[in-house]
Amino acid sequence: MTARADTPLARFAGDFVKSPTAVAAGIGLIVIALAAIFAGTVAPQNPYDLAQITILDGTLPPGSEGFDGFHYLLGSDEQGRDMYSAMIYGLRISLFVSFVAVGFAVMVGLVLGLLAAWRGGWVDGLIMRIVDIQLSFPALLVALLLLAALGKGVDKVILALILVQWAYFARTVRGAALVEIRKDYVTAARSLALPGWRILFGHLLPNVLPPVIVIATVQVANAIAIEASLSFLGVGVPITEPSLGLLIANGFDYLLSGRYWISFYPGVALLVTLVCINVVGDHVRDILNPRLSR
Amino acid sequence: MTALLSLDGLCQTYVNRPDLAERAANLMGAGYRETRVRAVDGVSLDIAPGEVVGLVGESGCGKSTLGRMVAGVEAPSAGRLAYRGTALEAMTPDQRRAWQLEVQMIFQDPFASLNPRMRIERIVGEAAVVHGLIRARDRRDYVADLMGKVGLAADMMTRYPHQFSGGQRQRVGIARALALKPRLIVCDEAISALDVSIQAQVLNLFEDLRAEFGFAYLFISHDLGAVAHIADRVAVMYLGRVVEIGAADDVFGDPRHPYTRALLAEAPRLDRRAQDFTPVTGEIPSPLDPPPGCTFHPRCPVAAPACREIVPQLQPGPTGRLAACLRETGEVT
Repeated sequence: MTARADTPLARFAGDFVKSPTAVAAGIGLIVIALAAIFAGTVAPQNPYDLAQITILDGTLPPGSEGFDGFHYLLGSDEQGRDMYSAMIYGLRISLFVSFVAVGFAVMVGLVLGLLAAWRGGWVDGLIMRIVDIQLSFPALLVALLLLAALGKGVDKVILALILVQWAYFARTVRGAALVEIRKDYVTAARSLALPGWRILFGHLLPNVLPPVIVIATVQVANAIAIEASLSFLGVGVPITEPSLGLLIANGFDYLLSGRYWISFYPGVALLVTLVCINVVGDHVRDILNPRLSR
Repeated sequence: MTALLSLDGLCQTYVNRPDLAERAANLMGAGYRETRVRAVDGVSLDIAPGEVVGLVGESGCGKSTLGRMVAGVEAPSAGRLAYRGTALEAMTPDQRRAWQLEVQMIFQDPFASLNPRMRIERIVGEAAVVHGLIRARDRRDYVADLMGKVGLAADMMTRYPHQFSGGQRQRVGIARALALKPRLIVCDEAISALDVSIQAQVLNLFEDLRAEFGFAYLFISHDLGAVAHIADRVAVMYLGRVVEIGAADDVFGDPRHPYTRALLAEAPRLDRRAQDFTPVTGEIPSPLDPPPGCTFHPRCPVAAPACREIVPQLQPGPTGRLAACLRETGEVT
């Protein structure tokens, strides 16, 4: 036997570093995440603090100096917010919303998917029909309707995203669990008279996680995109806490007047984030299940 | 001595009803029907404490299903299953628990039967902790002890199943079964997937464990040589029914049912003598639509017209052997 640690995690990490593209995307993602988490120290200005914003510095081009000598690296928007700072804070809102939403959607999907596969019969039928109905509507439409009814707010966007996304996870988990349930180790666990919940969450759950992790990375990117779309359409996060999508929407009015930077830089940030997540997600999928294709 | 486990007329019928869409299609004349598969069809069998009963038959004859019912993984659809003299339906919760813990299974595929994401210590020791046989902090020592009993090094328990060979995995599976202090072990093709040299080792392990703990085994296999080696009694199954049962030496030395003779004739042997009858021809019939009368008659070299109509019962023949053949019971000469 080799001396190196041979846990599933160690093998996963060993496979992951073999792809330079994925490593680059992973590093990019870590930098983005760190910037978002430590936005308060990384950003030169707090765009939510009205005392730090000077309305006289509105729509300055990148690199210009403000009224009080503040250096606007990527320019400023109509309210005089530093775009660079607003982007970092916007990224934080976008990432927070999508990660929390996907996290809860995974939990809901795991529990309902495992339950459907384990119980079968009418429980399975009921849960899967709800999933079918849910998936037959476009995600953005459902989210729009929900937010129109619920109103604006970060918490409401998260709720809408959970409701839109849990069905993907439930269906994936059920499919994977149906395959696993037929394997002898589950029969063995039953023969050992272990309680049902212990077999479900102790034995089956770790074995259905790989496809869930793959879907989850893709869905985080989706959630960011949906949140950006909702904010762009004006039903997402409130104007006082702009996410990337809302920043893009704010700059949209100025695009044709030559003040491109208000929309352009948040757009680039959104693009880079989504590409990084998708590259990492694709590579994780290749490692965990080479035969699975989207 | 009372039987440890007794089965009386045990059946397992899988019913596949048309689903909603198919029923809707039926309204327009599609003709989907309910299908019934009689996987196990009225099996009666007793297993005494410490006895090894071999169960042989072709694949698809229901022997694995029978094993799963004995181990409590599947509920029988009809018939009586009694453990220590108490029928399944009449068991108190304590008796039911005793049955579930004391009857354990060992599986065919040593790669699928161990959870790939658990360390051996948890695979082997989890159930004993859950059922209160040992305390959680004693698990390590308990598993180490079991590993020794099945011939594995105790320090292997920190590994994952993929780090073991097939034979080692099967030993882990045996240790898992031993952890609950069983009285009856159902071995479902437990050595079929192993190399021949490993088969002998595992077979010897079964015998050693039997000598040490006095387990009873229900040894399900299509490997007649292994069964002849380990079993005290042998039951031969064909299409969900037991067609012959008796002491292993007698059944293999003087088979009374034509199906048993055919099976033995097909078994590869070094000392093969001249064959005096035709080996089994054709495929096993579908249990969806079993032939009328004796289910073996379409393939039987000595079938008579009556075999198409009369269902033979398992009865003692002229030699006292229980066999389900009309020629044995004298109804056909």
